[in-house]
Amino acid sequence: MTEQINIEKSERMDKVPVKKQKKVNEFIYFAIRNNKLKIGLGIVLLFILLALIGPLFAKYDWNAYIGPMSQPPSREFWFGTTTFGQDVYTQFVLGLRATFLVGIIGGGLGTLIGIIIGFVAGYRGGIVDEVLNVLTNVVLVIPTFALLLIVAAYLKVRGIMIESIFIGLTAWPWAARAIRAQTFSLRSRDFVDLARMSGMKPLKIIFTEIAPNMMSYLLMTFILQFGGAILIAATLDFIGLGPTNTISLGLMMNYAVMWGALQFGNWWWFVPPGFAIMAIVGSLYIMNVGLDEVFNPKLREM
Amino acid sequence: MSLQTKNLRVYYQTLRGDVKALDDVTFNIKDGEIMGLAGESGCGKTTLANSIIYLTPPMKYIDGSVELDGEELPIWDIDSMNTFRYKKVSIIPQYAMNAMNPTRKIGKMTEELLVSKKISYKKTKAELDRRLDLVELKNDILGMYPIELSGGMKQRMVLVLSTLLNPSLLIADEITSALDVSTQKAVAEMLVEFRNRKIVKSMIVITHDISILYQIADSILVMYAGKLAEKASTEVIIHSPMHPYTRLLISSLPKVGVKYSEKKLTGIKGNTPLLFNPPVGCRFKDRCPVAFDKCIKEPPFIEIEKGHFVACWRECERNA
Amino acid sequence: MRRYFGRKIVVYLSTFFLAVTIDWAIPRFMPGNPILNLLTRVAGRPETVQHMYNYYSRIFGLDIPVWKQYINFWIALFHGDLGTSVLMFPQKVTAIIMRAVPYDIFLLVPAILLSFYAGNKFGAFAARTKWLDNTVLPLGYMLTATPYMWLGILLAWSLGIVAGIFPIAGAYGFNLQPSLSWVFILSLLEHWFLPFVSLFLVYFGGWAIGMRNMIIYELEADYSHYLEALGAPRSLVRKYAYRNAILPQITGLALQLGVVVAGALVTEVVFSYPGIGYWILQAIQNQDYFLIQGCFLFIIIMVLIANFIIDIVYVIVDPRTRLGMVGGSA
Repeated sequence: MTEQINIEKSERMDKVPVKKQKKVNEFIYFAIRNNKLKIGLGIVLLFILLALIGPLFAKYDWNAYIGPMSQPPSREFWFGTTTFGQDVYTQFVLGLRATFLVGIIGGGLGTLIGIIIGFVAGYRGGIVDEVLNVLTNVVLVIPTFALLLIVAAYLKVRGIMIESIFIGLTAWPWAARAIRAQTFSLRSRDFVDLARMSGMKPLKIIFTEIAPNMMSYLLMTFILQFGGAILIAATLDFIGLGPTNTISLGLMMNYAVMWGALQFGNWWWFVPPGFAIMAIVGSLYIMNVGLDEVFNPKLREM
Repeated sequence: MSLQTKNLRVYYQTLRGDVKALDDVTFNIKDGEIMGLAGESGCGKTTLANSIIYLTPPMKYIDGSVELDGEELPIWDIDSMNTFRYKKVSIIPQYAMNAMNPTRKIGKMTEELLVSKKISYKKTKAELDRRLDLVELKNDILGMYPIELSGGMKQRMVLVLSTLLNPSLLIADEITSALDVSTQKAVAEMLVEFRNRKIVKSMIVITHDISILYQIADSILVMYAGKLAEKASTEVIIHSPMHPYTRLLISSLPKVGVKYSEKKLTGIKGNTPLLFNPPVGCRFKDRCPVAFDKCIKEPPFIEIEKGHFVACWRECERNA
Repeated sequence: MRRYFGRKIVVYLSTFFLAVTIDWAIPRFMPGNPILNLLTRVAGRPETVQHMYNYYSRIFGLDIPVWKQYINFWIALFHGDLGTSVLMFPQKVTAIIMRAVPYDIFLLVPAILLSFYAGNKFGAFAARTKWLDNTVLPLGYMLTATPYMWLGILLAWSLGIVAGIFPIAGAYGFNLQPSLSWVFILSLLEHWFLPFVSLFLVYFGGWAIGMRNMIIYELEADYSHYLEALGAPRSLVRKYAYRNAILPQITGLALQLGVVVAGALVTEVVFSYPGIGYWILQAIQNQDYFLIQGCFLFIIIMVLIANFIIDIVYVIVDPRTRLGMVGGSA
């Protein structure tokens, strides 16, 4: 291609620094105009706020039998009382805290492991990739409960932390697969080749060349893992494998069903926790679609 | 006259305002003419091509008209344009390598496309086989999936597919840029062959590789920043261009036989203007070596010799 | 293609081997002794307890070296023997599972298949239709973000207890014996409806969203634009995009199976529906590790088989894997 004009290339080169700055501005520009992102984030922030300041207004111990039994919401008991006369509001706001904790720690750990395994498998390829692939598959197929049963049998007293770590350790395969695929496609790009040829170490290439180009993707993965961890925790709590020394939204539903909230019609006991989980996780997902539209010009609505 | 565009104006809608990607474009293409369309990337070449066949948001029709064989094309209406697409105007897109559905056999896809346009596949099949033969493809390619083909094969397949209904105008957008040099030449010659056999009446060949145009085009239209700069026969554009931009473009072409280790390749200094708010007057004036005070007014695109159009005040003055 | 399946089989076999090993370890690494556990309920004289302990140890195979237990486990596994339940002693675990499985099939297969079909159709329909997209999208996300048990509880409470239309526990009326009578079949359907609906709705949301997100990419793909530029009608463009968007959805089904199973588990718990999930909870609450082990093993095998079937389907529908150019999910 000796006779080709090189205008395009030379132009692109001296535009690079300008573009990067412009890109960040562009993301912010589209972010503040994206309704999905704004509404999703708004709802999540609302619940975070409630989890943070809600307990300050709680007047009782969540486990103490403080009032009349099975009271509907009233001025005294904002969310009513349980079959035993515990304050549902207190349980709810403390449960919210537990939920966010599980999301951050469980989702964060899951993302971190997924990132490490995904980067290594995607960048290295070959036999390393195959081995990690088998590992990913095994974790994907084994019922998480089976492992948790062993943990539960040994640790008669379990807190939210244990549960979160456990979720993080078992929920990463999805993230690992997605990140592996992304890394794999970035690996063969010119700028990575260039870094490799200039003798950069693999670890440095991953952190300086590949990771920055996947930031948006990693953020979205974290959000999905965050939501996923909350849902898994709710399931575990519901079948009695969750924390034993505190309250959570899943446990509230567990207790409600176990102690006849359905039969007695104590809807105020089981409606709020499930609703909160649905609203938080659903908003996280919707936020993610918004982010996708911000980062991916093809999806933007004009 | 095959194609006639008059004062065509098409903008890109973005949240930051309209990008004036195509501003007051007027030109003709004669029957049997292969017109090359050249210019830097972002100058509006592809916008022009898309405006004629597939004007979709965020592109927005502002005004002007496009006539093909004396009939006005409803380019502003996505749906009614469908009757003209493929049968009258067709395109080989920039992305020809990925233009075919990866999960359908090529023959099956062709059949479904034709049937959807209410054309019998059976009756067209014989012609399809002849065309494949013409571009040196075996007809068992129809039983294959696109990923089984090489880049050159895909390109030729799309050429056959796009021209199957003998369109009056074919737009070939950067079709050679992804190919190696020998395949480039073969594909370019096939385009000429298709014209010579009257499979297509006229063509617009978009490229920034002027050497390809030198081989196949009858005339060349040079665009700059959404406006027409110069149009003339290929010989004239290559050997005696008038517009300062064309001159720079041509002079930046490497010459055969010169060793480039001794001579630095020169690009054109400066950047193309942003088209959100294009400069008043001649859009090239900031990069132009011969600009003068009159250039703050917009130069008209006028015919200074037969078939030679230029938009430059210097040339106007000289001819005046 | 041979390489593709060769790799798959290696992955499946190693997964199976590891999963079975972990599963084998469950009762053995538990603190306490499952047999003593059982015997605490049979209060009696010490000699009797000792005698029964030895008897049970033999039955459960706990009186031999660990490595032998491991090998015996594999041998028994291939004979379809998963041991004896403590909770339901002296019933065999396999027998309990076999009794439960029909209910799971009855519940899960229609829920998965119908939601996959309806969700994909609906998601594709909604994509790129602005008002539909703006209503369906949030609704779909809320549905897939709904905890299974919560939806189950809400349905049981509203339609079961408050409205009194549907029964909320068991698989058929307490006063009925399984038979091929209309009364029994009607009762079966009545009990099946609520758990089915709660699973269906959550799955449905997931598929609809997945399809909506996939098809948007496909409609923006080059081949779609080419068809449009050649004036192909929208129906053809959508048909192609749908076909290509459903491929990752099939892989998604494989990835989601674990979640799908967990969902079924809690739903069965809410409705006391006597499938595997119900028995797992019973086993957990009664520390019947052999029953737990058996149920998990069964789930593992089923998930692996389902994954394998999905892989084969994928190869059939996507020529790119068939031609050995791009790997599928694993």
